[in-house]
Amino acid sequence: MGRYLIRRLLQAALVLAVISAITFFLFWATPANPALLICGKNCDTETVAQVNATYGFDDPLIVQYGNYMEGLVSPAGRTIGSEGNERECAWPCFGESYQNGIPVWDSISDAFPSTLWLAVGAAVLWLVSGVMLGLIAALRKGKFIDKFSVGLSLFGVSFPTIVFGYLLLFLFIVKLQWIPFPDTANAALFTVGPVKWLQFYILPWITLALVFAALYTRLTRANMIDTMNEDYIRTARAKGLDERTVVFKHGLRSALTPIITIFGLDVGGLLGGAVITEQIYSITGLGKFSIDSVLANDLPAIMGVVLFAAIFVVVANIIVDVLYAVIDPRVRLS
Amino acid sequence: MTLGVSEAPSPNDGLPAEHLAETAEAKQIEGRSLGKIAFARLRRDKIAIISAVVILLIIAVALLAPLIVKLNGFPPDQFNKLDADGNPLLNTRDGGIPIGGLFGSGSSAEHWLGVEPQNGRDVFSRLVYGTRVSLLVALGGTIIAVVLGTVIGMVAGYFGGWVDTLLSRLMDIMLSFPSLLFVMALTPVIASRGQDLLGIPDDNKLRMGVLMFVLGFFGWAYLARIVRGQTLSLREREFVEAARSLGAGPGYVIFKQLLPNLLPTLLVYTTLLIPGNITAEAALSFLGVGIKEPTASWGRMISDASDWIESNPLYLFFPGMALFITVLAFNLLGDSVRDALDPRAGRG
Repeated sequence: MGRYLIRRLLQAALVLAVISAITFFLFWATPANPALLICGKNCDTETVAQVNATYGFDDPLIVQYGNYMEGLVSPAGRTIGSEGNERECAWPCFGESYQNGIPVWDSISDAFPSTLWLAVGAAVLWLVSGVMLGLIAALRKGKFIDKFSVGLSLFGVSFPTIVFGYLLLFLFIVKLQWIPFPDTANAALFTVGPVKWLQFYILPWITLALVFAALYTRLTRANMIDTMNEDYIRTARAKGLDERTVVFKHGLRSALTPIITIFGLDVGGLLGGAVITEQIYSITGLGKFSIDSVLANDLPAIMGVVLFAAIFVVVANIIVDVLYAVIDPRVRLS
Repeated sequence: MTLGVSEAPSPNDGLPAEHLAETAEAKQIEGRSLGKIAFARLRRDKIAIISAVVILLIIAVALLAPLIVKLNGFPPDQFNKLDADGNPLLNTRDGGIPIGGLFGSGSSAEHWLGVEPQNGRDVFSRLVYGTRVSLLVALGGTIIAVVLGTVIGMVAGYFGGWVDTLLSRLMDIMLSFPSLLFVMALTPVIASRGQDLLGIPDDNKLRMGVLMFVLGFFGWAYLARIVRGQTLSLREREFVEAARSLGAGPGYVIFKQLLPNLLPTLLVYTTLLIPGNITAEAALSFLGVGIKEPTASWGRMISDASDWIESNPLYLFFPGMALFITVLAFNLLGDSVRDALDPRAGRG
């Protein structure tokens, strides 16, 4: 187990290194001179030279990449800026925004809590509703409730987030006015109190959860139907166990194993930012930060957010693999 | 978006379609190919027929967009300030919201679905032209993804060994990453690179090409995994072995023996990739990294309309419904095609 974990961690580090290199070269190799981006329209050659020196654009790309990685790997961070105007950039150093000079890591850590709350709340919602609906559908296969949930999940998969999100926003905020319009200020649980916090997050949770809930319903239903046809379920029934034990302890447990894998990956992916949902409800999370950076062509910020998201995905992969081995005794870690 | 990751098992579960069709159907009907059986099943499936009709209608709208727009006489990019009688369409003192019409949309006998606030462009014309963009980008992206997925999946499955290990790891990585974030970050970069390398302006033609490329490039992995699995089991079958022992090369086996058996799978996943790509294009244009002004696209329209959700909800409703209906129709048809091609499905 220990050795397996170490090997996976090394693999993960390798994957992250490859991703960081690819994204770095893709973004920074743009012939459009980044110095022009920074100093704006009225820019003379002297200022460009100065900007180039300050940000190190004169160095070869590989050196720039090395400097960038040093800030992420070395515990002391790195120094940025030109001679005479040097600043310490503490670990983890993702550089400074071209737009406003704020360290990218500060922006990321400011934006992350909103994204975390959004993703976790939605994940609970879709996991519970998806598994319950799928389970009921599988146990009542062919009955009305089964057809209803299959239809509902097809409907849910087909509802694009932008359409569903605005539908909810229009219905509950504009029309019925049950919930106040989301203000751009982020709702932190401890400053605004639970009622306002729930009001802030409830619609984004439902918006984000819909597609996943629909997919999980389908998946749970299919897995559960397969599992309940297994021999060991017949054995369990033949032993005289009551139906509840058969369904929940023998059936659901094994039907859920593949769902846990996908769940881990889905949540890991969302922690990098739920861009569309955050945009609809003006939540200043990572997704909003990333789209704002993309639109402003703010390379260090984009790079930082992409790497940050990649770290979550890689870590989620490892957690899922290890969990899989713990839950499913047939999988042996070698 | 990880649509597809949790799809039900592939239609044939690795067994070649021919063989399964034989065992399932031989008792009742003999000598019918899987394609014929599937088509007969589809014709009896009401949902499949309705969604196919809807899809054909949408394709017709996309193809005939210039003709349809001639009917109402307002080009999608034309700013309309006055109606036929010379009365103003927009209330300039109130931020330019349309005057009259259903729910403040400014709809009338001239402007069937109303006009855009501020600019006065005709919503119906923009919706019709938006269909073009959506379908074109989604189809282009799907074709790229299917070609890449088929080639990579077959290469991995057929040659095995380290090639397979490498490609399978690549599929895992591509599958587990939140592609929207990458697509979003990369689209402007690729657009500006394309602009510099090809010497063409960063207009919406280039943007559409970039979107197709990006959607295709991030969309092949799931299909490749399925194709790989099926190729792995097809490769071991007797008819392939027989051909090999008679001296057939890999070209013959791949194109004449494997590819025909993979076609049903490819058909199902192509139909299911399209709605995902339509959603993705709309999402990117909505976020402002896809299609730009003045070209109409559903995602852009939704983004523009979101500012007017209180005064003019219909402006948001129309592109939203167009998007929803299109995606639903493709998903329903894809599901029906899958059921029809599934030899294990009960009825004949």
